[in-house]
Amino acid sequence: MTLQNLDTPTRRARGLPAPPVRAYLARYGLVIAFLVLWQTSGKLGWISPAVLPPLDAILGALWTGIASGALVDDIAISLQRAGLAFGAAAALGVPLGLLMGQLRPVERALDPILQLFRQTSALALYPVFILLLGLGETSKVFVIFWATLFPTLLATIGGVKQVDRKLIEMAESYGAGRLQVFRRVVLPAAVPAIFVGLRLSATTALLLLIAAEMIGANKGIGFQVMNAQYNFQIPLMFAAIFLMASLGLAANAVLVLLQRRLCRWSLD
Amino acid sequence: MTTDTAHRGQVALRHLSKSFTLNGQPLPVLRSLSLDIRAGEALAIVGPSGCGKTTLLRLLAGLEVADSGQVVIDGKPVTGVGTERAVIYQEPRLLPWLTVLENVAFGLEVRGMARAAAQDRARHYIRLVGLSDFQGAWPRQLSGGMAQRVGIARALTVKPEILLLDEPLGALDAMTKLTMQEELARIWREENVTMILVTHDLEEAIFLADRVLVLSADGTPPAVIPVDLPRPRDRNGADFVRMRRMLMGRFGLH
Repeated sequence: MTLQNLDTPTRRARGLPAPPVRAYLARYGLVIAFLVLWQTSGKLGWISPAVLPPLDAILGALWTGIASGALVDDIAISLQRAGLAFGAAAALGVPLGLLMGQLRPVERALDPILQLFRQTSALALYPVFILLLGLGETSKVFVIFWATLFPTLLATIGGVKQVDRKLIEMAESYGAGRLQVFRRVVLPAAVPAIFVGLRLSATTALLLLIAAEMIGANKGIGFQVMNAQYNFQIPLMFAAIFLMASLGLAANAVLVLLQRRLCRWSLD
Repeated sequence: MTTDTAHRGQVALRHLSKSFTLNGQPLPVLRSLSLDIRAGEALAIVGPSGCGKTTLLRLLAGLEVADSGQVVIDGKPVTGVGTERAVIYQEPRLLPWLTVLENVAFGLEVRGMARAAAQDRARHYIRLVGLSDFQGAWPRQLSGGMAQRVGIARALTVKPEILLLDEPLGALDAMTKLTMQEELARIWREENVTMILVTHDLEEAIFLADRVLVLSADGTPPAVIPVDLPRPRDRNGADFVRMRRMLMGRFGLH
């Protein structure tokens, strides 16, 4: 995923207003075509429904799973794992990033070890975390947290460092002290970059959530994907995958909404 | 501060020297410069690139420290930025996340004034620069000239005794520039401030200044040229044209 991908709402907002139906089709036409193709190819026997069940079967499995409460537990535990990890990553990553971006000595001291940690795949470290933290929730949350921390941390450092020096000097020429410069110039200037990091982190959190749940869990959406496949409940497997995708979309939508509220000045 | 502004805003440069290091070689830009600037005077500083005019302004602003010599304002040597000075830069340097009103009030808020009071005073100066209809606008919605007016209003709002302008109109188109020169002349007259203006536009210097300080890049001693023309000044008047020709001649221009 590139950073540009994250900015589509901004660019869309900047475009000329198109007629609603056409604009809707231009944006979602391909998705609709894809879903239609999916549904018909199963029904028409192009692909075995056992491998690629038609959408109604998947939605049916999803509904049964939610109505019976079986999937609800999975959703809850998955949300808890990803939410805790993401919350902790944001709570540590943003302040630490602000500090590192502001204070050169802190950054110099921490940068090498961060680079080392960052380049070590979180999944490769998962066995280490299991050894240290046990097979329970802690190691799962921690491996997600580990991978989720870096996008936010690095984006925040970058955001702070690219603040226009001239704006800082302007504030200083009016007598602003270090704290005022930070609060009134550096922090607001870094907010858009922080959001880019948070959105990347949210994506990462869900990615790692599934991986962690596939490796060593007996609950959760990721576990359900694997488990349904083992038991050849293919519609349920796809239902869990869809659930996962919608979680990702929802998380992104919440962050975009928050970003729009906080960065009205940068949007058209 | 409000009662005797007419007597304040006096600037004295005492043997001011500053050099930079370029490729390991010291590069002097100011050599023992001395000059007295009256309270309420408009002084323009002109000269070729590298003559130290922006450095001089930064020394006056307290954003840079002289190698030797002093800047003395109202009898007190300058040691850093001060509330009696405000700087206007070539770029407006507005904070993009603040509205026009919030930007103009920014200087006062940084100096500890409560938001409501700061914005009250800011409104007055926004009116003065003719942007009352744009108080709620974001900086990205403004044209270059409008943004620069906001920067000027922000500087005026802190009621400085001395206004330091670093090529404030350098980035504007020719028409806007002429309009803004008229505005600066009006503001200077109405606000009764000392104005020190760095510019590379000789006509602008003659239009606005009581005296023009000519700096050189080759070590030739600086010259101070009085502009004895009645105000408001007529750019096409015979005296104005003669003055411009004389000043351009100093730079080998016609």
